[in-house]
Amino acid sequence: MSGARLLGGSGPAATALMAGLAGASALGALALLESGQRGLVLAAVIAVFWLFSWRLTVNLAALEPVGRAGRTVLGILIPLVFGVTLLFLWEFIVRGLAVPSVLLPAPSDIGVRIANSLPILWADFVQTYLKAVVAGYVLGCGSGFLVAVLIDRSPFLKRGLLPIGNLVSALPIVGVAPIMVMWFGFDWPSKAAVVVVMTFFPMLVNTVAGLNAAGAMERDLMRTYGASSSQSLVKLRLPAALPFIFNALKINSTLALIGAIVAEFFGTPIVGMGFRISAEIGRMNTDMVWAEIAVAALAGSLTYGLLSVAERAATFWHPSYRKA
Amino acid sequence: MTSAPTRIAEPGAGIGSAGPLRRLGRRMVEGRTVPILTVVAAILAIWYLAAIGMNWQTETDKLVRAGEAYGIVDTIAATWSAERPILPAPHQIVAEIWKSTVLVKPTSPRSLLFHAWVTLSSTLLGFVIGTALGVALAVGILHSRTLDRSLMPWIITSQTIPILAIAPMIIVVLNAVGVQGLLPKAIISTYLSFFPVAVGMVKGLRSPDAMLLDLMHTYSASRPQILAKLRWPASMPFLFTSMKVAVAAALVGAIVGELPTGAVAGLGARLLAGSYYGQTIQIWSALVAAAVMAGILVWLVGLGERISLKRMGERS
Amino acid sequence: MDQSIKDDSAERQRRGGVISARNLDLVFETADTPVHALSSIDLDIFKGEFISFIGPSGCGKTTLLRVIADLEQPTGGSISVNGMTPDQARQARAYGYVFQAAALYPWRTIEKNIALPLEIMGFDKAERKARIESNLELVGLSGFGGKFPWQLSGGMQQRASIARALSFDPDLLLMDEPFGALDEIVRDHLNEELLKLWAKTKKTVVFVTHSIPEAVFLSTRIVVMSPRPGRIHEVIDCDLGPDRPLEIRDTPEFLAIAHRVREGLRAGHGYD
Repeated sequence: MSGARLLGGSGPAATALMAGLAGASALGALALLESGQRGLVLAAVIAVFWLFSWRLTVNLAALEPVGRAGRTVLGILIPLVFGVTLLFLWEFIVRGLAVPSVLLPAPSDIGVRIANSLPILWADFVQTYLKAVVAGYVLGCGSGFLVAVLIDRSPFLKRGLLPIGNLVSALPIVGVAPIMVMWFGFDWPSKAAVVVVMTFFPMLVNTVAGLNAAGAMERDLMRTYGASSSQSLVKLRLPAALPFIFNALKINSTLALIGAIVAEFFGTPIVGMGFRISAEIGRMNTDMVWAEIAVAALAGSLTYGLLSVAERAATFWHPSYRKA
Repeated sequence: MTSAPTRIAEPGAGIGSAGPLRRLGRRMVEGRTVPILTVVAAILAIWYLAAIGMNWQTETDKLVRAGEAYGIVDTIAATWSAERPILPAPHQIVAEIWKSTVLVKPTSPRSLLFHAWVTLSSTLLGFVIGTALGVALAVGILHSRTLDRSLMPWIITSQTIPILAIAPMIIVVLNAVGVQGLLPKAIISTYLSFFPVAVGMVKGLRSPDAMLLDLMHTYSASRPQILAKLRWPASMPFLFTSMKVAVAAALVGAIVGELPTGAVAGLGARLLAGSYYGQTIQIWSALVAAAVMAGILVWLVGLGERISLKRMGERS
Repeated sequence: MDQSIKDDSAERQRRGGVISARNLDLVFETADTPVHALSSIDLDIFKGEFISFIGPSGCGKTTLLRVIADLEQPTGGSISVNGMTPDQARQARAYGYVFQAAALYPWRTIEKNIALPLEIMGFDKAERKARIESNLELVGLSGFGGKFPWQLSGGMQQRASIARALSFDPDLLLMDEPFGALDEIVRDHLNEELLKLWAKTKKTVVFVTHSIPEAVFLSTRIVVMSPRPGRIHEVIDCDLGPDRPLEIRDTPEFLAIAHRVREGLRAGHGYD
């Protein structure tokens, strides 16, 4: 097999070659940067790296694995390769062009900052996530769910409350943060209150929609059994509502984190992710800001992932999981 | 106990037994007008009561310090007209909004309209660009398998991260390189509206039934033709749904973007100023203005949705 | 009337009435004209019968079944089920209902689906287990109890739905076009099984269908209905004997009854 054919091909040999060449050029770029070399040679090596990485991604994307395990692995591998490529490019370009750290720090700097600031990051995480987000999320989703079950008996209230709930979900609710600070003080309860307001309405709207989701036939069936309305609620309408409820829980997890962090922009004691971000920006320590954002991103995606796993366990029966 | 009889629509002609006015009344009660109005009235009633309760302590203290005799009615009246209330009464908020919109020149920095326009302009700019980019990326993801499998997972994941937390940094960093004013906020709004539109449009462009795509293949339609004649019309409902989310997100982005630099213009700035100086009613009026703006923007997108869907023959 | 078909109406009277409808009316108020779904229905259904309602769409056959089941309320006339109002009969769990679709809850296995009415009606755990086993066997689904509904074919899902309707042992079985969504081969098979089941359990079955061969094959009496307004056009006796193999569908007796039914449908429907 000629070298040129190999480079342009898409078989496993070519893919492995791409991976190898991409790795090699990455190491080459790093070596150049360490030795202080900038200029055209570095640019060329970076371009080569980008080329090989892109070809690697294209080759991987063209693969058609047979088994489910293969598909899952590939499904993670391709975005991973893509993400790592971008990360390396970021590092090379920032260091190669000597971009000032206040503008955009290199990933390696951010990594160093994270490693050095674990206690601070942890304290911020506890304040914002474990206190404000969790408390507000549980309270907001819980009350949204309860109110939905309560008004379920009254079509009149449903017709009146649902449009309002939809409207409120679209409003910039983070704006209530200063008011919550006034009512609940500077510390985390006011942030939890913002989260409660933000998560209440999506949960309410989705639960009401979910409780209506059970089919007419299934509901008639309950009637033929002489089932009471609470039996019907527990055995039919709540299980049928679970897909909607989980939809709201997932949306709310992101909203909760955003709400807590942004609420801290409006005033907070000297700990918390939002506080750290705005304080460190003022001091032009952008690498610390990125460190906090990395923690927030990790927290957000892990929460979402956990909820997705729970959703799959609880709603395995839904047609959306049964695609061919 | 069944409610089916009144909703079965069978073909036929003629009028039912009730007169037209009674029917209108019944339609309003069984429709949404009366329930919504009832809930709104209930909310206002609860609000007024809450205002009494929450302002009671501070107002009683003030009246005691004033030294004159007072009764319950005086206290209640005081709780509804305090200068720095803990919870302003609805009419106070309305009065403040009136004062800062109608009674002031729109171009003055004391006008709520001026601040609203500052926020609105960056919202709209960001929303339009974000939507365009989102649609463009969706088309790209649709046609490029590589992009679909490498980039799309990141776009979906990005919806789980609190992107809004980056807003202050973008503002400050761009300010440091000399990009100020409208543009940094618009960039944040672009960023925030881009993701829902991209995700929604990918779903929408992929939504046509396999049968319809096969039909296109039997016509040997090219990919741009399939895109224009089948995928794009089929994705309209998805586009408008995600645009509603996007416009709301763009507005929040613009507001949050006004916070970090201690900006002096915009609704977010008003919120911040109000909280610094303890001007409760100012905070509430800015909040209500932001809410009204969000409502109008979403309603406008909904209007566009109804018009375009009606032109495509959707039944209302 | 054809003398070769046994006329045993006196016999049926002796066995006791289960459902009795007198002058039953059901008018739906709509935005336009009121719709007369049922008009002056007079009907007696007796214990142990297999009675079919057949007619074109809009003739009220499903509506009549739903009135018996207390899923719709009549606007005129009277109806009694087991000597009670339909509401009381429903509270007394007097019947099992089988829908056009299986309506199995997808988050429950087949076993737990059959257990659903038993849980609601308060049967204890041992009793539930016994009934699930016996009813699975009755419909030929032994061994499939642990599967989920979507893992079974359409015919098997409907069989599970029938097992569920029988699990609490009601004397009356109401079936609304249960095999309509299935292909003909499966349908024939299930018709046979249903007939065997009926012979074995001796329930009273009220069966809605729009298939003439199905009605004639299964029933002891056929109620031919016509639409606009929904009314009974004719009631045809159809006692082809208790043991009916599928081949009976080619016999002259069968064809004669089928012909009568077809004529009745045509006459009632008109050419509109």
